[in-house]
Amino acid sequence: MKKYSLYGLIRNSFNHQENWPRVWRSLQPKVEYDVIIVGAGGHGLATAYYLAKEHGVTNVAVLEKGYVGGGSVGRNTTIVRSNYLWDETSYLYEMSMKLWEGLSQELNFNLMFSQRGVLNLFHNEQEKRDTARRVNSNRLNGIDAELLNTEQVKKLVPILNTSPDARYPVLGASLQRRGGTARHDAVAWGFARAADARGVDIIQNCEVTGIRIEGGQVTGVDTTRGIIKARKVAVAVAADTSTLASMAGLRLPIDTHPLQALVSEPIKPVMHTVVMSNAVHAYVSQTDKGELIIGAGIDHYNGFGMRGSYSIIEGTMEAVVDVFPIFSRLRLLRHWAGSVDICPDASPIISKTHVKGLYFNCGWGTGGFKATPGSGWVYAYTIARDQPHPLNEPFSIERFTTGYLIDEHGAAAVAH
Amino acid sequence: MKSPLDSSRSQPYRLATGGRIDRAKPLTFTFNGKRLQGYQGDTVASALLANGVRLVGRSFKYHRPRGIVGSGPEEPNAILQVGRGALTTPNLQATEVELAEGLQAGSVNCWPSVEHDIGAINGLFSRFLPPGFYYKTFMWPSRMWKTYERFIRKAAGLGVSPKEPDPDRYDRMNTHCDVLVVGGGPAGLAAALEAGRAGARVILADERRELGGSLLDGRDEIDGAPALEWVNAASRELASMKEVRLLLRSTVFGYYDHNFLTVLQRLSTDSTSISRPLIKERVWRVRAKQVVLATGAIERPLVFPNNDRPGVMLASAVSAYVNRYAVAPGSRPLVFTNNDSAYRTVLDLAEAGIPVQAVVDVRPEPNGPLPSRVKDMGIPVIGGHVIVDVKGTKRVKGVEIMSVDASGERVEGRRRSIRCDLVAVSGGWNPTVHLHCQSGGGTRYDGEKGCFVPDAPAQEERSAGSSKGSFALGDCLGEGLEVGAEAARAAGFGDGRVSTPVPTVEDRAEEPLKAMWVAPSRRPPVREHKQFVDMQEDVTAGDIVLAAREGYDSMQLLNRYTTLGFGTDQGKLGNVNGMGVLANHLGADIESVGTITFRPPYTSVTFGAIAGREIGGLLDPVRKTAIHRWHIEHRAVMEDVGQWKRPWYYPQPGESMEDAVNRECMAARNAVALLDQSTLGKIDVQGPDAAEFLNRVYTNNWLKLGIGRARYGLMLSEDGMVMDDGVVIRHGEQHFYLTTTTGGAASVFSWLERWLQTEWPELEVYLTSVTERWSTIALVGPHSRKLLQDLDSDINFEKSSFPFMSIHSGSLAGFPVQVMRVSFSGELAFEINIESDLALAMWQALMKAGEEYDITPYGTEAMHVLRAEKGFIIVGQDTDGSMTPVDMGMGWLLSKDKDYLGKRSLSRSDCVRKDRKQLVGLLSTDGTTILPEGTQLVDDPSAGIPVPISGHVTSSYASACLGHPIALALVKAGRARKGSIIYAALRDGRHVKAEIVSPVFYDPQGERQRV
Repeated sequence: MKKYSLYGLIRNSFNHQENWPRVWRSLQPKVEYDVIIVGAGGHGLATAYYLAKEHGVTNVAVLEKGYVGGGSVGRNTTIVRSNYLWDETSYLYEMSMKLWEGLSQELNFNLMFSQRGVLNLFHNEQEKRDTARRVNSNRLNGIDAELLNTEQVKKLVPILNTSPDARYPVLGASLQRRGGTARHDAVAWGFARAADARGVDIIQNCEVTGIRIEGGQVTGVDTTRGIIKARKVAVAVAADTSTLASMAGLRLPIDTHPLQALVSEPIKPVMHTVVMSNAVHAYVSQTDKGELIIGAGIDHYNGFGMRGSYSIIEGTMEAVVDVFPIFSRLRLLRHWAGSVDICPDASPIISKTHVKGLYFNCGWGTGGFKATPGSGWVYAYTIARDQPHPLNEPFSIERFTTGYLIDEHGAAAVAH
Repeated sequence: MKSPLDSSRSQPYRLATGGRIDRAKPLTFTFNGKRLQGYQGDTVASALLANGVRLVGRSFKYHRPRGIVGSGPEEPNAILQVGRGALTTPNLQATEVELAEGLQAGSVNCWPSVEHDIGAINGLFSRFLPPGFYYKTFMWPSRMWKTYERFIRKAAGLGVSPKEPDPDRYDRMNTHCDVLVVGGGPAGLAAALEAGRAGARVILADERRELGGSLLDGRDEIDGAPALEWVNAASRELASMKEVRLLLRSTVFGYYDHNFLTVLQRLSTDSTSISRPLIKERVWRVRAKQVVLATGAIERPLVFPNNDRPGVMLASAVSAYVNRYAVAPGSRPLVFTNNDSAYRTVLDLAEAGIPVQAVVDVRPEPNGPLPSRVKDMGIPVIGGHVIVDVKGTKRVKGVEIMSVDASGERVEGRRRSIRCDLVAVSGGWNPTVHLHCQSGGGTRYDGEKGCFVPDAPAQEERSAGSSKGSFALGDCLGEGLEVGAEAARAAGFGDGRVSTPVPTVEDRAEEPLKAMWVAPSRRPPVREHKQFVDMQEDVTAGDIVLAAREGYDSMQLLNRYTTLGFGTDQGKLGNVNGMGVLANHLGADIESVGTITFRPPYTSVTFGAIAGREIGGLLDPVRKTAIHRWHIEHRAVMEDVGQWKRPWYYPQPGESMEDAVNRECMAARNAVALLDQSTLGKIDVQGPDAAEFLNRVYTNNWLKLGIGRARYGLMLSEDGMVMDDGVVIRHGEQHFYLTTTTGGAASVFSWLERWLQTEWPELEVYLTSVTERWSTIALVGPHSRKLLQDLDSDINFEKSSFPFMSIHSGSLAGFPVQVMRVSFSGELAFEINIESDLALAMWQALMKAGEEYDITPYGTEAMHVLRAEKGFIIVGQDTDGSMTPVDMGMGWLLSKDKDYLGKRSLSRSDCVRKDRKQLVGLLSTDGTTILPEGTQLVDDPSAGIPVPISGHVTSSYASACLGHPIALALVKAGRARKGSIIYAALRDGRHVKAEIVSPVFYDPQGERQRV
């Protein structure tokens, strides 16, 4: 891998930047791999990278039906935080947070990971209790968390409407200073490049159409580019999870919904901290390009269409203008949808299955982006050793049989 | 030759005659602080050009000087900050802002001025700043990123956000129509006419302030007369049809599923004053049976070295400025084209008396009727040539051209310079397929026309005219009439046949264009002077090649990596050329390199307009009980509970919240108090299978509940966790009435409907929400019975005839009521259900009658304390979606004899674990500390991080009647740990010692409520 650096940019300026190598190779799939990862999104690529880096498993293909990073990793609102409620989830997201903290350097790709702080506002007494509970739990789990009152919130984000006359006045907020944002596409590209450099084959335009199983053991996949063999197949396809699961005769407790987001036209810096509100459904941050990036709610019907309803956009705009009255004259530049796969307890599945050599990583709902490195790390462990890491053991498919549910509806950014 | 320009000094580039401006209405405005003049009918762009202003902005990355390129929503460069103070709006396109008296506009993203911009230094370093350079650097040392980022952020962004709330108002309108016609150009007008004549209800929406579309910009003739006469006639006819609605200044910006489209109508275009009492903008939400897309086409620029210099404009824009605004965008124009349509611009300029220096045509021998006409006029047409450089920095001074070799891909021969101050370019036309694509339709590349045209529609939609790739005026009119009639027929009007002949048009035949995504030049794109593909995002042909070389070689990756098409113009000019450049580089077919995703909105839409009136107090409906007014009059402090406003407590003068709550609690325990409980969800359940239905959704048994009796019930979610609770009354054999928590009312109702409709359609049960119909007043305390007995009533309130958990209907103080004996406080209590219209009067009657018992109204806080003293849970506060009834100590509510929702889940291994969290009471051992709600509980206060957590405090209060604080908590295996000590870990690091006790602190035998 040719290293990226300022020096490299300067040196390459003498040859018009023409000598940079491909970020990942353009390849034909081989006949057989040790591990096939389905889905070149953030989680799939991170998994491939950590398989190669942590476990020395490099005979790996990442198969992608479209292009690298075309799914949720390139459609989310780029927020990274680890302030979840339950121990199990906290440990997983905090481990991910720690990976984020050195990831640009490790991948040699500037992910623009910016720990600008994440505020979660609360607007009523019950939210206040729940927030306090979460903050307290975070602190005992070693995750930075503060509970702010209205005055402190106003000081941190003066443009917020903290008036007591608001329909739902801001009563306070939790703050995770280590939370922030990262450039979402760069995460996919950075992991892809680093995995490729370690020998992983990234195959775009290669859709998996079937999973081959013989005697309870995975033997490979059918793709639009022919059969590819492997004794281990790891699925990381988010919205298409149900489709892939059905190829292996599995039914997972997953609902898929459209989730929308939008950006404003770019403006000069106006807000530093990420602001999220659950009760008044608004969450907003400003990108380095100057756009306000805004997360909308989910559409409550199920669907794979990556198209949401306009009414959701309206509801989001109402909330944003209410929470930030100075934004009213700004203009919506673009809105889009992704699809999110949601488990009944709003926590993910990172698990072996009853089919030997078949693994699933899914159900991240609206919270997958921030987990990308951690998810890849534990998934790689699970695949390489054919057993879960203690961090993802609680997130097995079995929990829906045992009842060991990890209910994170309260900590999820988007009510589902 | 006489100058064609107006002799007045104020607008040196204003043509003396023509244009659709009102010369009788001059307007003064300022640009970057300089006072200028224009006319009513101008846009800011046309007024600036009339004043000879060429440099209007700086580019995003390199801060290159930029001028106006287009005349409509495609404009990439002329991005302005308009208005002042609370009325300032960033990032408006000069081409889209109508001129107004006193308007103040300024360039964005340049400092100290647009003429002298420090940021232009970036241009010198551009060779260090290839696309995506920021991914390759700013990584060392890692802690410096925050600093680097601060500068990056400062440099980014265009205009500035207002600093004050928006004083303007916005609005929404819902409407239906048979045929929505998008675009009021020739095709759209024709379609609207036909659909309207067929009797359909038609909406015609156009983004401009007047109808006519491209006809406004040109000098076409229809039926032997100026085309605008036909437009006027059409407008008059449409205006006379009562089922036709014309929406001007109205951009259809979104096309969603089920033919739902959104339209932004600009009602006030004056940016200098608040649009009161009128509203500024309105979003029309239109559900259309049929849609006609007559959205026209946007000219495609040519990509050549230094093609971004101020003075390089779209040929169509040049025509528009000359014809529509009577402005000469230059005095020595040159035209550069690959097609015949740009020759119309040559003719327009010539007609206006502006001498065209030359036409540079990439085609070797342009010989069609239009080029021939131009040649006949003596204007030099230089075939087989391209521009290889543009001279001048802040405005065009000339071009250098070279001839194209036989391959068409390289230049050869000597460079020739031509002096000019305006370069009108045309690379062909891109049909405006945005809405078609938003609706789900695809596009295909039409090689002959050299553009992407709409493929089969995905919804009830038809394209016509230029938006379909039919650029000739006659075709636009013909297709418009056809699809208008067809759409009307499909909506149920007429027979689909066109009712009138197609107007006659003298179309000059156009020869095929030579598609060209980047003009051949002396050097390969990477090494050439910048050839801009996307001007606003500063993306060059070289950038695209570099990105593709690095592997970002499909359109989607390329867009994201280079930000091509991510500007405020949404890539209206750059996207297709970008695809072409990528295809050229890959040696691939343009269709194979991916697709452009057209996302809504078509043009940017004001946040406030989307939000409409639903902000501030109207963000969410405020729900008030029928007794609300009384609470306010009696100084209640209100609490938001869901959408409801509820009295939290009623402080008397001088009282703190604590004082008031203590007083209210003591009144309920020792005398009589009353609570407005009307916000509880109420559902009327009727039908032959009502009892069976309740039996399935509640954990306990309902078949044997006697008529006139009440019972507490728990509902579980499918995973066995407590979801909601409430009291259910049986009014009759087939008639029940159930209550839910205040917050759960809507979700429980839809939960019940979901089961009835999707899982148990065989059950005949009817649910009606009666939350607002009935109000509920809880009368609580030892004197409650006496008070009721004092009132005139036909109900016997004695214990013997009115036992606990029963209900009686009758009259109370003259009001028809249902009285229920239930208690959420542990005291003797009666809940009075009454029609909401009468509730306030009932409340007042109770207050009056209660005077002698010192009756006290109490709020939600006292209600919480009273129930916590009794260990009664609040679903959502003491439960969190992960608690089973057994965890909550309510296993006695689980029927063993029947199945119910969630039952199966309760037998799962995790649900029968012994160390699950369980509801317990907590008493701080010092007897004085109130444990903060939400505090986590630990067994070992000295444990290091991560500290093992054993539970948390869910409810915590000072108890006036007990004289010490109490708390409810969920603690692992808590019930078995009664008497043991646990520590509340406060955020300041302190630990408060607490004893685990029973959650029932008061009257554990429940004697008081049964007296």
